[in-house]
Order: sequence, then C-alpha cells, then structure tokens
Amino acid sequence: MSQPSSTPAADAADAAASAAPPADQQAQAGYRTVGDYRAEKPVMRARNVDVFYGENHAIQSVSLDIGLNEVIALIGPSGCGKSTFLRCLNRMNDTIESARVTGDITLYDEDIYAKQMDVVMLRARVGMVFQKPNPFPKSVYDNVAYGPRIHGLARDRAELDKIVQTSLERAGLWSEVKDRLEEPGTGLSGGQQQRLCIARTIAVSPEVILMDEPCSALDPIATARIEDLIDELKRQYAIVIVTHSMQQAARVSQRTAYFHLGKLIEVGDTDEIFTNPRHKLTEDYITGRFG
Amino acid sequence: MTDGRAMSTRDRVGARLGRRHRNEVAFRLLGLAATLVGLVFLAVFFFTLVVNGVPAFQQTRILLDVELAADTIDPDGERDPETLRTASYQSLVRDALDERFPNVTSRGERRALYSLMSAGAGLELRDIVTSNPELIGQTLSLWLLADDDVDMAVKGNVRRDLPESARQLTDRQIEWIEALEADGRVDLKFNRFFFTSGDSRDPELAGIWSATVGSFFMLLVTLVISFPLGVATAMYLEEFAPRNRWTDMIEVNINNLAAVPSIVFGLLGLALFINLFGLPRSAPLVGGLVLSLMTLPVIIIASRAALTAVPPSIREAALGVGASKMQMVFHHVLPLAMPGMLTGTIIGMARALGESAPLLMIGMVAFIVDVPESPLDPSTALPVQVFLWADSPERAFVERTSAAILVLLAFLLLMNLAAILLRKRFERRY
Repeated sequence: MSQPSSTPAADAADAAASAAPPADQQAQAGYRTVGDYRAEKPVMRARNVDVFYGENHAIQSVSLDIGLNEVIALIGPSGCGKSTFLRCLNRMNDTIESARVTGDITLYDEDIYAKQMDVVMLRARVGMVFQKPNPFPKSVYDNVAYGPRIHGLARDRAELDKIVQTSLERAGLWSEVKDRLEEPGTGLSGGQQQRLCIARTIAVSPEVILMDEPCSALDPIATARIEDLIDELKRQYAIVIVTHSMQQAARVSQRTAYFHLGKLIEVGDTDEIFTNPRHKLTEDYITGRFG
Repeated sequence: MTDGRAMSTRDRVGARLGRRHRNEVAFRLLGLAATLVGLVFLAVFFFTLVVNGVPAFQQTRILLDVELAADTIDPDGERDPETLRTASYQSLVRDALDERFPNVTSRGERRALYSLMSAGAGLELRDIVTSNPELIGQTLSLWLLADDDVDMAVKGNVRRDLPESARQLTDRQIEWIEALEADGRVDLKFNRFFFTSGDSRDPELAGIWSATVGSFFMLLVTLVISFPLGVATAMYLEEFAPRNRWTDMIEVNINNLAAVPSIVFGLLGLALFINLFGLPRSAPLVGGLVLSLMTLPVIIIASRAALTAVPPSIREAALGVGASKMQMVFHHVLPLAMPGMLTGTIIGMARALGESAPLLMIGMVAFIVDVPESPLDPSTALPVQVFLWADSPERAFVERTSAAILVLLAFLLLMNLAAILLRKRFERRY
C-alpha cells in the first residue's frame, strides 16, 4: 500500500473523470461517501451504481474501486446491500428477474453491463466463492476441472491435471486430497469444501475473486486457514470479501467499505477505518452499538 | 421472579398435561386403527385374487395312448409338410378315447365323450408330429389338454353332486372322468397356453400373451412420446421460460389436465387420431398416443418438482465459474433432477399400464387372437383383457380374470419397485 501511485497528471484526470459525477448523483441520493473510494491499481471500477429489486432501492449511488493485490472488505449490518453490490460485480444479479442495475461498472475499462459483454466471459474473469460451501456433487477432480473444461483452458488431460493440481495447491488443499481426487467433493469437511470451491474458482485463472461471507459456515480453525489463503491469493488477484466479522475484515483486508441501508457510508484503509472512523454510523457499527 | 409465579406456571401446565397426553395417545391409536383397516382391505383383496387366480396357472390334462396312425396323418406317405399340417389330429384324439372307452357306441354318447378333450389337444398333437415326423406310426402316451368344463370339475370349482341340469357335464361324463382319475390318468399340469397364446373362445386355450405384447407396444409408444416431451416441457417452463401471464396459464392448464378423467382422453383420441388422422382402430399406436396425453401432465409435474428440488447453490456454483445457462442445466441441474423425473415417469407409466377406459373408446376392446407384431396391428391390453374375460359367461374365465389381474399387478409392482430403487440409489447426492 505504500507504493506511490501513478503520475499526478493521470491521477488528476482520473479524479476529474470519475470523482465529479458521483458527487452530483450522491447529492440526489442525499448523502456523500466519506473517504476515497479509489484504489491505487484499479481492476474494477463501480460508479454511481444503483440496484433495484422491483420497487425496493437496494443500493443507492455507490462508487467503489477494486484494486489489484489488495483485499477489500465490505462490511455493514444485515440487509445493507453489501452482498447485492458484490453480486453486481459478476452480474449474478441477472439471475434475479426483478433486479435492475444502473450506473457503470467496468473491468479494465470494459463496461460489464454493456451489450457486447458476455456474462459467461465476465464470470470466467470475475470468479465467486459463496457463503455456503457448494461443491458440485462430483469428484474432487471434476469440481476443479469443471471451469477449465467448459472454457477449454486445457489442451489435453495432462494440462488439465496440471491445472487441477496447481489450483488445489494454491487453495492449500492438495496435500489433503491428492489421494482422494476421485471421491465426491461433497464428502469433504466444511472447511475443505470451501477451499475446494476456492480451488474451483482459481482454476479458471480469474482476475477478480468475489467472496460472499466465505467463512460464515466454518469453524474457527477452518476460518483461519481460509484467511491465510486469502492473504496468499491477494499477491495475484484483486479480492472482494463480504464479511459479518469485523475481526476478519481487520485481519484480511487492506481497504474496508462500510455499507448502511444501501449507501456506501465510508471507505478507506482498513487501519484507518477501524482505529479512526470518520463517520458516526461507521463508528457506531465498529464499536458494536448495532450490527 | 417470585416463588408464587413459578408455582403457578408449574400448576397450570400440570393441570393440562394429563389431557395433552391422552389426546396424543388417542390420536396415535386412531392412526394405527386406520392403517390396520387399510391393511385388512389390502389383505382381503390379495387373498381373494390369489385364491381365485392361482389355479388358472395349472390346467387339467388327461393321459391318453394316442396312435399316430399313418393312414390318418399322411395317407400317401410323402411326409409333405402341408399334408402333415392340415391332417385331422383331433380324430386321433377321438380314436384314443374310443380305445379307452370301447363300450361307448351311440352317436350322442360318443359326442359327449369326445367333448371331454379340448380342441387344443389336436393342435398339440399337430405340433408334436410336424416337428418330429418320424413319430408317425408309433403309439405315444401323452398328457393332452382337457376341456374347460372337465378342468372346472377336476379343480372342484363346479361341484359334481349338483343336479345334472345345474352343471355343464352330464352324469356319464362325470363317470368317465372318475374312471380316468381312478387310472391316475387325470392330472393338473402347468398351463402354458395362459402365458403363450392370445384370447380364445375356449377358456383352456385363452392366454394373456397378445394382451401383454399389446400393452408393451402401447407403453413403448407412451414412453417414447411422453418422456422426452414431458422433460423438455418441464425444463423449459422451470429453467428458461419467463414468468408471465402466459406461462402461469400454461401451468394452470397442465395441472388441470392431470385431473381430467381418462375416458375423456379416450374420446379425444377417437376424434383426433382415428377420425381426423385416420390411424387404425384397435392399434397400440393409437392407445399409446392416448395414454401419452394422459401421462404427459403427470411427467411434467413430477419433472418440475424434481427440477425445483435441485438446490440454488448448485446453480450459483455453476454460473459462478462461468457456465452458460444451458451448461448449468445440462451439466448440473438435469443429472440431479433425473432420478426424480424417472420416478415420476415410471409412476405415470404404471398408471398408463393399468388404464382401460380410454382404450375402450378407441376400439382396443376387440376379440384379438393373434399376437400383434407391430404397434399398428390390432391388439388388446392387459386391463382390457381382464375386462373382456370378466364379462365372459364360461366358468373357467373367472379364474383367468383373477390370474390376469395377478399378472398385471406383478407388472405394476415391478415398475413401482424400479421407481423406489431408482430413488434409493440416487437419493441425496447433494
């Protein structure tokens, strides 16, 4: 995080291009995000994102960058829209018929809601790990190999074997399952299943990994392993994690965004947010006054 | 909390506890009683069927010394297959009877004597001779098929002490049977005609094979049409179709179709397939089409239920790694829903197998002797055969009706067993 950002000129242009409109839009929504929502090495940028479920305005004018080599934690009370925002980033909200998304979300300057953007392609580049471990009812091997298979990432069996092995190694699961590759993935323990799901996600070599409360169904030991893994993975990926545990956010993330009732209240370096929150709501949440 | 309040809770709960327990016991007993009554009915049903039906699996045969006389079978001695096939074998049977009862001379008495044997006896002789012509000229001791009235008397289904006017057999005929029984020449043997032949006017020659084949062709047509159509419809409605007023209406209509009385489908089949499209009457093809109409809603409803039962987490997982919607459905949802779909299909097919009313409407109630060779040949079906036999006056058809029901039930049990095994085998894979 100490690395100096790009040239001042580019920074200024960026600020002019993206910082101004949110202010106007947010004025309409009646609030202003505290802190800088921009990242040093942005991979995805969300600008003025609104999400509606039918009449329900679930997210109001949220702007946020997802940066490379960092973990950004989305925190906030239940129903604050953090998961909804996460699911906008790989268009999983498309599967909900009443959901409507407005605003701009780009992945390396490509508009992901543009007509020419194929969701299949998008989801291969923006992988997702879900709250409940959800391995396919297939073998461990087939779980990891599924993504590479459907996207045609391996030319032959040997290459596929290699992808499966590296993915499982990176997910810290290889030593535990290397003799059980043909056994069903659903037979593993909860923590192993979640690491299997992470391996399945990274087998496609995505650019961004979205994690929706990945540890909420796990015990503390399994949680610790996943957190170590997230720390490991950020060297290569941009990671967004939704969490209910503030300790977890403090442990794994470099930046934290605090959501409240569909609004992005405050965003900033994790250390800053947890030691010196600037907004009253953030402070109340972090000190445990509600949540 | 004060002591007084704690006591009062205890007392108030305690006061009602006795009644709650009594209600529980009473309800459990009521449930048990209902189950027992159901079981008793089932037991009575099976008991009467088995008692009535099982004797039909055996048939009375009489041991006769038949001389395969060359001058009757093949007078010119050329062993021409056509001559061998058309010879009067029944007269050989008659000669054997004359041999056994030489003092029966008058025309009427001899007629009565000959009627102890079935016309099937001659057919059996013909089969023996045509498959093995060297036997001509020899005298063989053969267990030959007896007439159905003899069969009834031997099995004790018709009491021999009834007044002569109240039974089919005359006193003389009973005497002959008893003489043969005294010689040990009357016995019950396995009834192969029942399983290998079609319908017949003679109960001892009537069998369920043509009805079974007809039912098989019909179910085949039903399966080929309704399974792919049903699964595809369910998949489209559940996974791909938008939710709007049209799909709601389609759904309501499908649910209603499942409740339409089957005879209505029979009328529809008569009007549509036979009158409009000109398909042949009495054909399993038309029967299968009609039963498809009936089975389709059942399969659609079961398949949709199976699809909804696949947890959303699996769908999300597939979409999350970038599977397209079709890949999600075909790689993950369909395999998990398949056991449920197959179970629904088998149960639908079992219902179709037991259906008779719509088949009456499309003419599958005809008297069919020949075994159908294709779904276009006229045919009956098992339940219709039961209906036809139940309607026949001959006493021997009573036990055949029960026996045919037993066979039908055996098929239904097998199908339901297959459904249960499928469900057990693939249960909870996710």
